[in-house]
Amino acid sequence: MPNLAQLVSGKDYLLQGNEAIARGALEAGVQYCAAYPGTPSTEILTTLAEVAKEAGLHAEWSSNEKVATEAALAAAYAGLRTISSMKNAGLNVAMDTLQHINLATLGDQHGAMLVVVADDPQSHASGDEEDTRWVAQMANAPLLEPSSFQEAYEMTKYLFDLSEEFSIFCWLREYTRLAHARGKVTVGEYKKATRTAKFDRTKMFTPYIAPPKHAILVEKMARIRERFEESQFNSYEGPGKPELLIVCCGSGASSSRDAIEELHLGHRVGILKLGTLWPFPSRLVVSHIQKAGRVLVVEEVDPYVETHTKEAVADARLASAPEILGKGSGHMSYVGENNPDKVIAALSRIFNVTYQARTPKYQAKLDELVNNKVVSRGLIWCPGCPHRASFYSIKNAIKRDGRNAVVTSDIGCYTMDAFPDGTQVTNLLHCMGGGIGEGCGMGQLKQFGFEQPVISICGDSTFFHASITPLINAIYNKSDMVVVVLDNSITAMTGFQPHAGSGRTATQDVTETVSAEALCRTLGCRVEVVDAFDTKASTAMLAELMKDDGGVKVLILRRKCELLRMRQEKTHPYKVHVDAEKCKGDKCGFCYRILKCPGVAYDKVSGKARIQEALCAECGLCADLCPSKAIVKEERA
Amino acid sequence: MAISADPLNLIICGVGGQGNILLSGMIGGAYLKKGYFATIGETFGAAQRGGAVFSSVRISKKREYGPLMPEGKAHLILGLEPLETLRMVQKYANPETVCISNVYPVIPAGVAANREDYPDMKELEGAVAALCKKAWFIDATTIALDLNAPIAMNIVMAGALVGTGQLNLTDDDLKAELRENLPPARLELNYQALARGMKAVS
Repeated sequence: MPNLAQLVSGKDYLLQGNEAIARGALEAGVQYCAAYPGTPSTEILTTLAEVAKEAGLHAEWSSNEKVATEAALAAAYAGLRTISSMKNAGLNVAMDTLQHINLATLGDQHGAMLVVVADDPQSHASGDEEDTRWVAQMANAPLLEPSSFQEAYEMTKYLFDLSEEFSIFCWLREYTRLAHARGKVTVGEYKKATRTAKFDRTKMFTPYIAPPKHAILVEKMARIRERFEESQFNSYEGPGKPELLIVCCGSGASSSRDAIEELHLGHRVGILKLGTLWPFPSRLVVSHIQKAGRVLVVEEVDPYVETHTKEAVADARLASAPEILGKGSGHMSYVGENNPDKVIAALSRIFNVTYQARTPKYQAKLDELVNNKVVSRGLIWCPGCPHRASFYSIKNAIKRDGRNAVVTSDIGCYTMDAFPDGTQVTNLLHCMGGGIGEGCGMGQLKQFGFEQPVISICGDSTFFHASITPLINAIYNKSDMVVVVLDNSITAMTGFQPHAGSGRTATQDVTETVSAEALCRTLGCRVEVVDAFDTKASTAMLAELMKDDGGVKVLILRRKCELLRMRQEKTHPYKVHVDAEKCKGDKCGFCYRILKCPGVAYDKVSGKARIQEALCAECGLCADLCPSKAIVKEERA
Repeated sequence: MAISADPLNLIICGVGGQGNILLSGMIGGAYLKKGYFATIGETFGAAQRGGAVFSSVRISKKREYGPLMPEGKAHLILGLEPLETLRMVQKYANPETVCISNVYPVIPAGVAANREDYPDMKELEGAVAALCKKAWFIDATTIALDLNAPIAMNIVMAGALVGTGQLNLTDDDLKAELRENLPPARLELNYQALARGMKAVS
């Protein structure tokens, strides 16, 4: 990963979408950066934090997206340029603040604020395919969406200027295939920003009283709409009078170009690529539609551009309006990310042409030789992961308790428990901190005859993110539940970002360590801390806490993420091997069927378990638990 | 020397954690320096570790292509794990595709649990060879283990890629990328891995 502060003006770099945005922010003079990690947005803050010292930035991992947004907002009020970045789900957390900002303005110190939201069509790393473009409209924030890496960089710079000019925050929406893709960016000049922060204490900024402020905001958005009608971020390519006009945004542009190229339709189909999505450039869209025979809208997930296009055409009262195809007509899907094949399918249908990526003969050969051989590869915890041990204990404690405990959980590496290769003790799984909130409700159903124990799981980073408020609610309302904090000492899932409990900041400075157990004890909970790898003690303690009907109990199962430990210590703790004499193979299968560690697998040749030496973390967990004592761990000298 | 097709579509596949990100970045970076557009699409994050992952790399002189290629349109598939090679052949190969694959399996959970069967390696290699114009199979993981650095398996594969001469890239091109992407202390080992990979296909 390149040092973003040291890129040379005018040179080309292969940058990830997130890096392109971070570089754009640096060139725009950003000084205050705050975020909570969330795939695929994480690297914006990561890369800014890496150059924070030399660039004189403040870069922080905030406890959650709402706090990050409020911190960035405050810095904008103090006259700085600020950025807050988040994934789609993170936006939901930040929304309470974002909804107000543009009514209140960013104050009078010429600050600027950019909010970057990374959507995840196809849910590569999300619980849903939330399309956040509507929400920018709801918050009255100018919304741009890049179609290329260069555009991501240029839009970032542009939006900082627009934000400062209108004293409102601006919104850049990206998506996985930009955020986590890489391409060419020609960078411009970067100069260290030197603004000082100040606030005029005679002033007040608030959305109250809203209606007159709303009127001002509506007028601002009307002026921005005029700019967007002329914006260089919207462009047309193709014949003067296309038989079909593709109106698209984001990844739709490259998918459409590929499809047109594959089907050799360049002389018949044009592409209107939109970069300014709110306010919507209606006149521009209508002016192109008037020249076209038919229209196809290509975008991911919701019909946002499609809806606005139809509205624009209706408003224009065209004498003969062309047919507008897309999701509504069934030519494009509401589900999943775009790719060239989806647009190829739509164009083939519209132009009534047959497209075959491969000949039927080759396809038949492929089917014969490959199809039944490609077995699935589900996601599962890494070798050495403490969550494997924790869920083994949780499952056993539930079994020992025998009262069908309900498990509510949330978002982290431990989410994988709910996947086919997890233990699947998880019953409810929604969002960050959701497990504690749901557990809080489940734990108050006694008067309705509910007698099952309640176990609510969160991680350490999730504890600080969104679990403390529901925990307080549970204590206050006397919910009867066991909160299990799976503490692996890091925000692991997004790539090892520190948090309030880590003792380090985003810029790796030593800081206060906020203690989850001290906090829980102060709140009045019974708190127990057990090493996650001590499955005997973990199981016994959880079983005991499930019997304790004294309100909210907290069990912290603690052990460092194995990947983090390995990064720090660089060596495995043990040497591990299978004693084939003792191993009962498929008669037992405990290590590969129950524990399911990728570091050990059934070996068809010997009929026994076999250590996968390229993967095994040599943590010794399977050796500790093997019923036949057939897996041997030896201390390394 | 020009690229053999424009756009040139490459697939680099494997299991999350095997290092396909570094590899695709090196190839893309090397082409960028030669004045090409390079676009890389990938799925990653700790949440993908152990899962099936692939990067698509698209190289062109004409314009910037999107990160995802149409199905059946790969010119080259570089597989860091044999089952994942087969998965990508199924989706992206055509009679003109060339394929370079590691033969060292990473066992999926269903196979580890003896619930499913990993494809027979001879059949797997036979299928790949029958479906591609040309195929190379290398035991890159064993070579990397021999270097006492299983993590360098991806660089052994990079060496194999250069060694086959299928791309207009040299080992010097990739060494330049390694210097940009790795701390100096790890360079020597990775140069060795690169050389061992080249040798494996010579």
